[in-house]
Amino acid sequence: MRIEEHPILEFRKERKKINFRFNDRPVYGFEGDTIASALHALGIKKISHSINLHRPRGFYCAIGNCSSCQMIVDGVANVKTCITLLKEGMNVKVQTNKGELYDK
Amino acid sequence: MLDKDGVATIEQVRSRFPNQDIIVKPKAIIECYENIPCNPCSTSCPFDAITIGEDINNLPTLNFDKCIGCGICVYSCPGLAIMVCELVDDKVRFKISYEFIPLPKEKEMWYAVNRKGEVIGETLIEKVTLTKRQDKTALIQVLVDKKLLYEFVTIRRKL
Amino acid sequence: MISKDLVIIGGGPSGLCAAKMAAEAGVDSIIIDRNPKLGGQLIKQTHMFFGSEKQFAKTRGIDIATKIFTDTRVYSDLIEIWEDATVVGLYPDKVITILKQEKYIKIKAKAIIVATGASEKVLAFENNDLPGIYGAGAVQTLMNVYGVKPGNKIVMVGSGNIGLIVSYQLMQAGVKVISVIEASPKIGGYKVHASKLRRFGVDIITSCTIKKAIGTEAVEKIITVKLDEKWEEIPGAEEEIAVDAVCIAVGLTPLTGLLSMIGCKMKYVSELGGLVPITNNHETSVENVFVCGDASGIEEASSAIVEGYLAGLMASKKLGKVHSNYDELIKELKNQLDNLRNGPFGEKILHGLKKLGG
Repeated sequence: MRIEEHPILEFRKERKKINFRFNDRPVYGFEGDTIASALHALGIKKISHSINLHRPRGFYCAIGNCSSCQMIVDGVANVKTCITLLKEGMNVKVQTNKGELYDK
Repeated sequence: MLDKDGVATIEQVRSRFPNQDIIVKPKAIIECYENIPCNPCSTSCPFDAITIGEDINNLPTLNFDKCIGCGICVYSCPGLAIMVCELVDDKVRFKISYEFIPLPKEKEMWYAVNRKGEVIGETLIEKVTLTKRQDKTALIQVLVDKKLLYEFVTIRRKL
Repeated sequence: MISKDLVIIGGGPSGLCAAKMAAEAGVDSIIIDRNPKLGGQLIKQTHMFFGSEKQFAKTRGIDIATKIFTDTRVYSDLIEIWEDATVVGLYPDKVITILKQEKYIKIKAKAIIVATGASEKVLAFENNDLPGIYGAGAVQTLMNVYGVKPGNKIVMVGSGNIGLIVSYQLMQAGVKVISVIEASPKIGGYKVHASKLRRFGVDIITSCTIKKAIGTEAVEKIITVKLDEKWEEIPGAEEEIAVDAVCIAVGLTPLTGLLSMIGCKMKYVSELGGLVPITNNHETSVENVFVCGDASGIEEASSAIVEGYLAGLMASKKLGKVHSNYDELIKELKNQLDNLRNGPFGEKILHGLKKLGG
């Protein structure tokens, strides 16, 4: 779902590939991605759950306001993945509860 | 109706055209029907042909005598609401803005499209210009049948 | 604890312009922004801007962002920038608490300019929480900043400028926009934007709203319904449309949590987008706390830029450093704002400001 060519914008072609894990699956993104944009590019839209009814949730605002995109990243809960840049080796998991302070 | 569906009425469109004896030379047709705070067409025109004035909410008025149809306003209008037209025998030459890719190529035949997005005929792509100064808004010069003078507004690729 | 004369919260056009003007007056400032890149919403605006040359008309939003940012770098000795830093608290003793890469930092400021912008409103309809239902700004961010398509066939809900502009940008990114639906009987944004969409084959349907979204893991279909002149659903006037994403463009609301926290007097003004601070020349009811841009009332980027300059001038004066062109600039900038608000689109803002008592 990546945009290759655009009439106004130039997306850098040779971007460094970044490997990371999503729910223990090896996946990848590129330098400059946020966690949420990398997942979306792979077609992964469901990235969290509502707390009580476990309804599927994706992001809504993409700029850190709505908290719909919060996931567990490297053991830390409630990370706003839409404004967190992707880093090599990140371990990203879908959060299914309010989140706990895990030991890293 | 412009307010309801974004399509100008035939009266509105015709009000932007001068008499046909004037458009034997290329002239700009400015389809700006609404008072919004905006004036790049006026400030970009190298011939001072477009006037808006101090209050930038004023609608632009075009002095057809000063206008030579250069097309600078066509790619300067943030609303992409301007085109240039010129009667050439039984045809009309238009210069329109275009911001999609892939761009048309010269000599290709594309569909001619009206303000409702309906195909109304065919058009020959005469020239495609995209200089740095145009800042990614291409200028496409096309030729259509004269009967489409008040209907033609853009092009669509034939699939 | 760090001490600073001026802290500017938010590095969008308003905050950046405030910093520049304050720097011209000789004031030291820090701009704090939670994003990895400054420029606010401008960094995703690929279209040419309106207004006049003084507000960068005809220039694409992304290029305006670069210009305004570069302007502040001229004063890099005076303007410090903290990106990836979220302000999490604003206290009455003018202490600002920040979370910056897992460090909790406190700054005591003499003056603060809050330029936090706005947040997208949500629309209530059945299953509006399904993945694939995004704010229109979110879609713009995804496409224009990260180069990712939100879907392949989309319906846009809302025909204000954001809805109309983002629909066009979706098409430029190769996404099919089936239609723009608008609950009101009239198109909300500039008609030139609407005309562009119509000529490129996008339907614009007024008196129509979204009733329900359907899908298991993400949105797959929506049900739209026509409304009568009382904005009530017309029974039986429903349509099912297959989509893989929906954009909700129903307006913005100012992000004013920090202002409430520090105790600013606030007022709900619907014309300005929601809860806004009561101000006098950009100063809130808390002394030396200023506000500018969308956080003070939803408007356009052009206004945010001018308001930023004004807030920078006011704040620096309060700090005892009066800009050498103070009087001229105040007059000129207020004139620009009047001009921007003079037309029919400015009526709503002026009405709202009157209600606010400004």
